[in-house]
Amino acid sequence: MTATLTPTRKAGPAKRLRSFARRWWHQLTSMRTALLLLLALALAAIPGSTFPQRSISAPDVADYYTAHPDLAPWLDRVWAFNVYTSPWFSAIYLLLMVSLVGCIIPRLGVHWRALRAKVPDAPKRMSILPYHRVVDAEANQSLARAVLKQRRWRTVMREHEDGTVVISAEKGFLRETGNLLFHTSIIFLLLGVAAGSLLSWYGNRILSEDKAYCNNLQQYDEYGLGAWVEETDLPQFCVTLNAFDAEFTDGGPTAFDADVTYETGGETGDYDLKVNHPLNIDGTNVFLIGHGYTAVVTYTDRYGQTQTVHQEFLAIDAALNSEGAFKFPDANYNPATGTVDEDAEVGFDAILVPTYDDSSGMLIGSDPELNNPVLALTAYTGDLGLADGQPESVYAINETQIASGNLDQVNDQVEVIGIGDSMELPDGSSLTFDGVEQYAVLQVRHDPGGPIVLAGALLLLGGLLPALAVRRRRYWIRWNPDGTVEAAGLNRNDYDGLDEECDALTAAIAPGYEPPQATTETDDSIGSQP
Amino acid sequence: MTGADVANALFVATILTYAAAMFAYAVEYAFDKRAPKRAKALATVGAAGDAVAEADSGESESTEAPISPAAARGAGRLGLVLTFLGTAALAASIVTRVIHTGRWPWGNMFEYTVGVALAGMVTWLILVSRGMVPRRIGLFATFAVTMVLGTSVRVYTEAGPLVPALDSYWIIIHVTAAIAASGILMIGCVFAILHLMKRRYDRQVSDGKPVRFPLNIAERLPDATALERLTFKIHVFAFPLLTFGIFAGSVWAHFAWGRYWAWDPKEVWAFIAWVVYAAYLHARVSGKSAKVNAPWLAILGYAVMLFNLTAVNLVFSGLHSYAGV
Repeated sequence: MTATLTPTRKAGPAKRLRSFARRWWHQLTSMRTALLLLLALALAAIPGSTFPQRSISAPDVADYYTAHPDLAPWLDRVWAFNVYTSPWFSAIYLLLMVSLVGCIIPRLGVHWRALRAKVPDAPKRMSILPYHRVVDAEANQSLARAVLKQRRWRTVMREHEDGTVVISAEKGFLRETGNLLFHTSIIFLLLGVAAGSLLSWYGNRILSEDKAYCNNLQQYDEYGLGAWVEETDLPQFCVTLNAFDAEFTDGGPTAFDADVTYETGGETGDYDLKVNHPLNIDGTNVFLIGHGYTAVVTYTDRYGQTQTVHQEFLAIDAALNSEGAFKFPDANYNPATGTVDEDAEVGFDAILVPTYDDSSGMLIGSDPELNNPVLALTAYTGDLGLADGQPESVYAINETQIASGNLDQVNDQVEVIGIGDSMELPDGSSLTFDGVEQYAVLQVRHDPGGPIVLAGALLLLGGLLPALAVRRRRYWIRWNPDGTVEAAGLNRNDYDGLDEECDALTAAIAPGYEPPQATTETDDSIGSQP
Repeated sequence: MTGADVANALFVATILTYAAAMFAYAVEYAFDKRAPKRAKALATVGAAGDAVAEADSGESESTEAPISPAAARGAGRLGLVLTFLGTAALAASIVTRVIHTGRWPWGNMFEYTVGVALAGMVTWLILVSRGMVPRRIGLFATFAVTMVLGTSVRVYTEAGPLVPALDSYWIIIHVTAAIAASGILMIGCVFAILHLMKRRYDRQVSDGKPVRFPLNIAERLPDATALERLTFKIHVFAFPLLTFGIFAGSVWAHFAWGRYWAWDPKEVWAFIAWVVYAAYLHARVSGKSAKVNAPWLAILGYAVMLFNLTAVNLVFSGLHSYAGV
């Protein structure tokens, strides 16, 4: 349509495409677009805090699905549970990065030329400049150059044919240098983040006291590998938790202390692992990120056979009231017949209360310390549903098996037992509460992008400070043929101190010069009132 | 009387002192004759503290102000002394808490908020001492800080020990930077609001439209351009501090939680605040229309900071929840 309407302008398609691209490039790299993109980025980040994120807590996303079964799939379709890797969030920050690069590159060239250019000559009428003084004192040219040089001004001296001598000086290039460094280091920092997401890996492991594990994926409760990391790339090491100590003051934790032994490449070492003090094994960090209680119970089945389990419990509140389950799928093996009784699997849903107060009538305690630990148990018999190959929580009895009638609830009211006590089941079997151990939650993480990000952050700060604090300004002093001397200054950025600085310079160059009295400071110095 | 009681008594004393200072500044703001013209309308109002609020009521035509300009300036000086005293009491309250608990005083939301108030008032006193703002504008600073301190009582937490994750020297680095940045930005936000009020006031006056409460308060404010420049200066000072605070938090997160950034709600909103303030700094140099709207971005930035302090601590569940809040 456009072509038919304007037949006189016969630009070739290639040229039109070029001008179209150029126009859009200008649009994209303009400050205004960058501003809009920044605000869009701020806006786009918000849903990540209002919806549960898979990257932070997958169980919370699952809970959200349970709570909002209709809404959740739709939210998932617009990446509401993966905001920070979503196409729309990525699009905004990638556009911002392109805009940033498009802004930096031309400015690099401009700045490079500015750094090499000579300071320009003074304007003919120096009085038009924001700072201007007629110097009524002896001003020495070589002293002027020395003073300016000593104060780190770039200077150029020009002698004109009519006998005029001008010294031009400029200072404050560090502002633009810092500005460019700041913006470049944002890209550098993001490259570090990108490298991290490709090359990093992590694993979380719950480890009870006196237990050990080795660094391979099968032994982690949860793990994540970067796109370029193979399972076989993981370094070989093993970690043993010798003891875990949690200190509490007034019902709140004040210190966690995990005594660990690690083994790597035939070397062993001991480490006192604490929050904020990770263990570094050849560039891989082991962090202490949580803790909890492990209940130890012994189940004696109806044939008198016993099995002891150490089961980790998950805290449900700050007082470490914890939930867990004990499952005995291979109990009640009949030694006489050599078969397992039909529907004789046994499971217990349990709440572990660290400090049980029997006077209050409340099961849930308020103290995380192990002052009076009890287990509140609900027993089930039948088919635990473990044989179907579906992965399921080790912390709870399978609800669907209960709902489908494959599991029968044995006791209507939870039975509360202390350490050393037993819960007797109608079939003659029993569960004995042997004691409580502690476990530590370890996070093992290797992120080669981390140092790049840190370097980027330091460069960013290093660029930001001069970019905001330094002002580019010029100063001229001119010896006119008629014997008068003039000085002038120009600020290229908002700068209140221009007059003072230039006066100080003039005074240093012309020792007899007295700057005019500063206008009297009132307490309204910020603004001039009518 | 335990250390905690002394700290709390000093805290209450601080609020009362700031409130008294606010009252004194209000007298100066209303009755110092160097502030222009309005004295006539103000004359009718008997109670000096209400003078500002009711400055435009002007039902009577009496010509003499009940408080002379000299007395008003005396009130302003008293206000400044009270501001210094209140700030000293606030600092003493924090120090007493430190002695009582034996730890760094940024352990929960209440202590954080009190720290922000202190940082804001120290910034203010520095600005006044260097002659960068007129003394009587202290009315708005003491108002802001009294609101902050009054609100902080809502999240009062008994002085107690720290959870293990906070037991690190990074609390000094990260939280102090965050508090200082929040305090300075609070003052920056006050100036952004004052600038917008004065700008609006100027436009109403030049359009010949009547100026009603609360806009008439702006009459005695300094020049709008000067207010805008000061707003920018304060943000230029605070932005690197905010940036540093976020980076320090990131380093600490690496040691305490095993990762440097994972979009915890506090991290999300700190990121948003940073981006909004970055947008403010860019808007200021992006042409006239963007510059005109820049103060709104500064206010938006502080709104995000406040949201990050309140809603993120109290509503969202995240890793930055300590001692209940």
